[in-house]
Amino acid sequence: MSVTGREARAGWLFLSPWIIGFLAFTAGPMLFSLWLSLTHYDMLRPPTYVGLDNYREALTDERVGTALWNTVFFTALHVPAQVVLALALASLLRRAGRAAGFFRTVVYLPVMTPPVALAALFLLLLNGQNGAINAFLGWFGFTGPNWTTDPTWIKPGLVVMSLWTVGSTAVLYLAALTRVPLERYEAARLDGASPWRQFWHITLPGISGTVYFTVVVNTIASLQVFTEAYAMFFGARAKQSAEGDAALFYVIHLFQEAFGSLRMGYASALAWGLFLVIALVTAVQVRLSRRYVHYEGERP
Amino acid sequence: MKRVGVWAGLLVVALAFGYPFWWLVSASLKDRAHVFDNALLPRPFSPGNYVEVWRAVPLLTWVGNSVAVGLAAAVAATAASAVVAFGFAMFRFPGRDALFGVVLATMMLPAAVTMVPVYLEWHALGLATTQIPLWAQNLFGSAFYIFLLRQFFLGLPGEVFDAAKVDGANAWRLFTALGLPLARPGLVVVFVFELKAAWTDLIKPLIYLREPDLYTLPRGLKAVLDRFGEGGEAQWELVLAASAVATVPMVLLFLVAQRYFVRGTVTQHVE
Repeated sequence: MSVTGREARAGWLFLSPWIIGFLAFTAGPMLFSLWLSLTHYDMLRPPTYVGLDNYREALTDERVGTALWNTVFFTALHVPAQVVLALALASLLRRAGRAAGFFRTVVYLPVMTPPVALAALFLLLLNGQNGAINAFLGWFGFTGPNWTTDPTWIKPGLVVMSLWTVGSTAVLYLAALTRVPLERYEAARLDGASPWRQFWHITLPGISGTVYFTVVVNTIASLQVFTEAYAMFFGARAKQSAEGDAALFYVIHLFQEAFGSLRMGYASALAWGLFLVIALVTAVQVRLSRRYVHYEGERP
Repeated sequence: MKRVGVWAGLLVVALAFGYPFWWLVSASLKDRAHVFDNALLPRPFSPGNYVEVWRAVPLLTWVGNSVAVGLAAAVAATAASAVVAFGFAMFRFPGRDALFGVVLATMMLPAAVTMVPVYLEWHALGLATTQIPLWAQNLFGSAFYIFLLRQFFLGLPGEVFDAAKVDGANAWRLFTALGLPLARPGLVVVFVFELKAAWTDLIKPLIYLREPDLYTLPRGLKAVLDRFGEGGEAQWELVLAASAVATVPMVLLFLVAQRYFVRGTVTQHVE
């Protein structure tokens, strides 16, 4: 066999685990799911073909509307809050000098906390009567809301909780900030630019690629929010009324339809709905990025 | 003056990010009447919560399950992703770059799309109520880790591999004798990342595990929350003790392998 033929054979052999896995756990399931979404299937009887019925039902399902609204609302609060706080944290950490390592550890540790433990902890910290967060607000004369029982405040409460895990984004910004050339700041200082102008005209363009990346990734993750909200407000926990509706996110609804009601066909249609929403949002962000994102080495 | 502002800011950060941890551990050591008192130190001090939750639920079994599942998931993901990444980085053949494009594309696919059909596959195999679905998919590699390790392999000096080829080493030997040892930092990143992912995951255990004896720690913790976190009789001190048990190993792992976590997070940044 020729050398290139041998190289190709070795290459295919090394790739074979991924190819098998891709067919068995990605491509196959996608086709399977597309077909299932056109059926009624409860795992007891064989699937029956129903055409686009599931998609039609999803469009008129009130809980889908609630779930979609909750998810988009949460994402619209969560992503900007994460980006702004992460950027502020990274800027601060960058000035910490030798202590930067210590503070980076402090900020990153919550990322290591299992989300269910986080959910249990924040159910108490966010408690309206005697939770620590409202006690803190009380020091400044504010009366905090009932974060875990008032439907208006449940999503903001979940956003507050999510800020505790902002460390993973902050670490990315910290790495990006160290790559902005210092000479640019020196030149700007000579020109008498204020710190705010320096941030706006040097720092932000310098790290815009990273900001863009984290916005896209955080948005995709946020549209699939599940664990903390599910642990706090769903499952065997009896509260399924007002609190449950305010925290009903799209993947929670999908999960309940699939594994609670065993409506596998309908859940598959819901999954494709989510796929469509995520693809659309990502496409819009990619489009917007062309206007705002500068990469190093690229002419303005 | 400016330094004072920076240090004041850092102090606020340390308190805001550290206090909830302190609260968790402190409250888990308080008796039921004092869980909510927000006092810094638990008085009266009642470490008995840990014994009580240990007696009420099979906490040790869950820790064992989480360790077993986590190690299986991490070993499988590391080994398989390394093999595939080496294939992408070291061999040239038609179709390779197109396939790598597919790998990158699967990173964008929402997990929800394959959640139902993959469950039905495991069900058809009769394995839907075992721990196997929690880690077995990792035997085929995972897109992000393949991407990450491919970067590592591409960064290795090519001359070393050329020299070995001249000496007649075959592809598998190039991988095991040269590729793996040189890529060790990358392998550690993948290993700790996947260990953390498996240790903290709730959704897969919710889908697949029925028997409490098979629960991983997050699934067990959810059961504890459901059982002891309800209504006026809530026993939050037990929920908190179990939460602390789930949290501490991850914190210790992080303190040991910190630089690998940070490196993994930063390499996630695909430009």
